[in-house]
Amino acid sequence: MAKVVYQVGDDISTDVIYPGRFMATVLPTETPLLAFADDAAFNAKLKTKQIPPGSILLGGQNFGCGSSREQAVSCLKGHELIIVARSFARIFLQNAINLGLRIVSCPAIEANEGDELEVLATAVLNKSSGKEFPIVPLPRSRQAIIDAGGLIPFTRKRLVEGALAAR
Amino acid sequence: MTTVEKILARASGLPSVKVGDVVEPKVDLAMSHENAALVINQFNEIYQGTPLMPKIWDPSRVAVIFDHRVPAESAKTASNQKRVREFVGTQSVTKFHDIRGDVGGICHQILPESGYVRPGAVVVGTDSHTTSHGALGAFAFGIGATEMASVWALGVALNIEVPPTIKVVVKGRFKKFVGAKDLILHLIGRLTAQGANFKVLEFHGPTIAQLNTSSRLTLCNMAVEAGATAGIVPADAETERYLREEAGVTDTIEFVVPDADAAYEQVLEVNVAKLVPQIACPHTVDNVKPIGEVAGRKVHQIVIGSCTNGRLDDLAIAARILKGKKVAQGTRMLIFPASGKIFRQALAKGYVGAFMQAGAVVMNSGCGPCLGIHEGALGDGETALSTTNRNFKGRMGNPNSEVYLCSPAVAAASALTGVITNPQKEDN
Repeated sequence: MAKVVYQVGDDISTDVIYPGRFMATVLPTETPLLAFADDAAFNAKLKTKQIPPGSILLGGQNFGCGSSREQAVSCLKGHELIIVARSFARIFLQNAINLGLRIVSCPAIEANEGDELEVLATAVLNKSSGKEFPIVPLPRSRQAIIDAGGLIPFTRKRLVEGALAAR
Repeated sequence: MTTVEKILARASGLPSVKVGDVVEPKVDLAMSHENAALVINQFNEIYQGTPLMPKIWDPSRVAVIFDHRVPAESAKTASNQKRVREFVGTQSVTKFHDIRGDVGGICHQILPESGYVRPGAVVVGTDSHTTSHGALGAFAFGIGATEMASVWALGVALNIEVPPTIKVVVKGRFKKFVGAKDLILHLIGRLTAQGANFKVLEFHGPTIAQLNTSSRLTLCNMAVEAGATAGIVPADAETERYLREEAGVTDTIEFVVPDADAAYEQVLEVNVAKLVPQIACPHTVDNVKPIGEVAGRKVHQIVIGSCTNGRLDDLAIAARILKGKKVAQGTRMLIFPASGKIFRQALAKGYVGAFMQAGAVVMNSGCGPCLGIHEGALGDGETALSTTNRNFKGRMGNPNSEVYLCSPAVAAASALTGVITNPQKEDN
């Protein structure tokens, strides 16, 4: 069970999640300090570790639209947030899978900041309202990358297998 | 099959593919900009714990273009650029465009004008506006840095699902001072910011046939603002003309065009005959209004340029409107051509002189002002009117500012008045 610590609306862009002016910063050890940098209050809570790992960030539709910058994912991953949203933009979704950021696509989700949610296998249960909302599972092709532990181990395995086959 | 289905089938070594198939297409061109610094980290990470040395699968298919923060705005950026410069040297990447006035510029202009993009190619880029290259009949889409590292290692895009395609048929003649930018803004307004998420927009119709490659680049550039994986204009005579005459391509050009019985998810018809200049209002690109609804709004900064509208014909229309006149007091105007080549052409044609005489500041090619990353940031409470492609909150470096998006003609006409102005009304 986890608490919704932050709720945002539809079409939250990567410029809002990780402002472009910080793009020179790339290291996943540094990007978390700049997550939602333009929302001083939430950014301060993240930086001062007031948000426990496994907390839920609740998004609307098209979460993560815009730039392909991977910092928008690594900055959230650094805080081990779970992103529950009605839908995700394509590149953000793929980046999240590649880096192992936990994302849950839940088109009908109804919840508010402070609600306690439980992410079940096929649904999200809002314990505060008692209502359950179905999850849209990831396509098989994406699940394979998650199962491998992210794209880097997935590619590493392919690379080594390929090198062996070429011998 | 649709254009993208045909491209994916060929690149994956399959006789045919259908929507939802998972394929591993060979990549023809893999582009990065300064974020190559992050790609390099991830690339090296892939090889950790293996007996293999990090080696790009085919350095001739990798392009690296510095454009986001040029010349470097900070020691951090300069150091990242230095690392990337050393890496491309070690890996023998030849399609490297450093910070230069001869071959430098914005990646989405450098790729087409250098003849790197061909019809039927699979192009990936660590930039969401990689969709631009669909203008040349390629399947081009944005990916993250880790996915690019995987492409550098393997030469294929892993686990690609064949996307459904929306066919967009465009008819009608544009009115004066209305063009590709207004068309794509109108379309994004209709589709919404996520209306084409995970889909391809394939452009057809007599209006598209009449558009030059510059305008097609504008169109495909912003396909991603409707959420699209890619935008594509199937190759035609104009594509070949551009590649031969403007990109200096001399070898064989093969067209990949859709089958007559291609299956589309949806067919969308647009008639542009009555279209007026369109404005995307803060803070989402799909908040599009006809200019009449926002005309008269005070503008503090006008921006013309970027991968969306920084080409010679964009600058030509701006020069025509600005020549011999003055940018309004209280409004500043920034112009940045999309490449060094375009800058030099604009100089030769007298556009640069006309801009500066009018009071505009002409900047070097780069992405800086568009995303508030390097020069051109907005002050608190200020409003910008820009020919760039995004107006998200904070986009131009300040969350307490607003960005409106428009065509070069609207931007130029508005620079003279200091308020959002319809060039059709000012034209006597």
